[in-house]
Amino acid sequence: MTFVTFVGAQYVQRRTGLRLLNPILLSIAVMVVFLTFMDIDYDTYSRGGEYIDFWLKPAVVALGVPLYRQLEAIKKQMVPLLVAEMAGCVAGVVSVVLVAEMLGASKEIVMSLAPKAVTTPIAMEISGAIGGIPSLTAAVVVCTGIFGGMTGFKIVSLARVKSPIAAGLSMGTAAHAVGTSAAIERSDRYGAFSSLGLTLNGLLTSALAPFILRLMGYSF
Amino acid sequence: MILQCGVLFTFLALGELVVMLTGVPVPSSIIGMLALAAALKCGIVKLSQVDKFADFLVHNLGFFFVPAGIGIMRCLGLVANQWLPIVGASVVSTIVILIVTGRVHQWMRHPHLLRLRRAD
Repeated sequence: MTFVTFVGAQYVQRRTGLRLLNPILLSIAVMVVFLTFMDIDYDTYSRGGEYIDFWLKPAVVALGVPLYRQLEAIKKQMVPLLVAEMAGCVAGVVSVVLVAEMLGASKEIVMSLAPKAVTTPIAMEISGAIGGIPSLTAAVVVCTGIFGGMTGFKIVSLARVKSPIAAGLSMGTAAHAVGTSAAIERSDRYGAFSSLGLTLNGLLTSALAPFILRLMGYSF
Repeated sequence: MILQCGVLFTFLALGELVVMLTGVPVPSSIIGMLALAAALKCGIVKLSQVDKFADFLVHNLGFFFVPAGIGIMRCLGLVANQWLPIVGASVVSTIVILIVTGRVHQWMRHPHLLRLRRAD
């Protein structure tokens, strides 16, 4: 137990030490290497990791605060926000299915990938409902989040998306809470619209994904 | 600080309760987040009662994902035989979502369109 706490404390330190680049990816990489090297299995680690996991939910609840601070702006832009969100949601599901098919994924894998842009619990729920493998979905969701969080702002600016609202919304839509954590490092404004994106996309995807997949010729 | 923490957990519990009672497939934390924003709006909760602790959590959000990411290493075996479609599709689709969402939103806010809407 002491040892586990020690590991936990050590990686807090490690994280603060390596804040540059992407802190999430770095700490994960370092920890995976560390655990493998020290021959600690995942179950031992997760006993300590639970303490950090425990804070994940209240941290998402806390996103209500930046969301509230931007409430006026959200109200003013209701229609553009919803339309953009709808487009992002449909484009996301369709593109992931098409590319996966092209690269020869099995149906089970395609189904596991379809909800990959939304936050883990929603994605796992959808994945299970349409015949995917929820645990695979969870892994892909986290990878997507990290990829989106790292590259998102670069891609968005390459696509000449200039408004902070649009950029924030994109981050939350494509890379859920990990994207939001990257957005919040820029400013609260980015973060608020990112959390809006993650919420709306979560709701929209769970409503639309089964429908879109049926249109694309899948049955489940 | 303790009080602020308590407020967040109250809303999380509220979210859990809603999920339990209605069985909606939405995570309790998201419901809690929306409820918190609504409560702030209605003045049930004052900003000064949550802002410090909430800001602290929000600004360290990324950190809380580390254990989940490490959990991936358990799934590596599953991914190994079909890694190309999985990685390829995820990367392409993430880029597509980023661009589509951002561009569509920006396009909807374009001055030309706004003028049209005002003319209606």
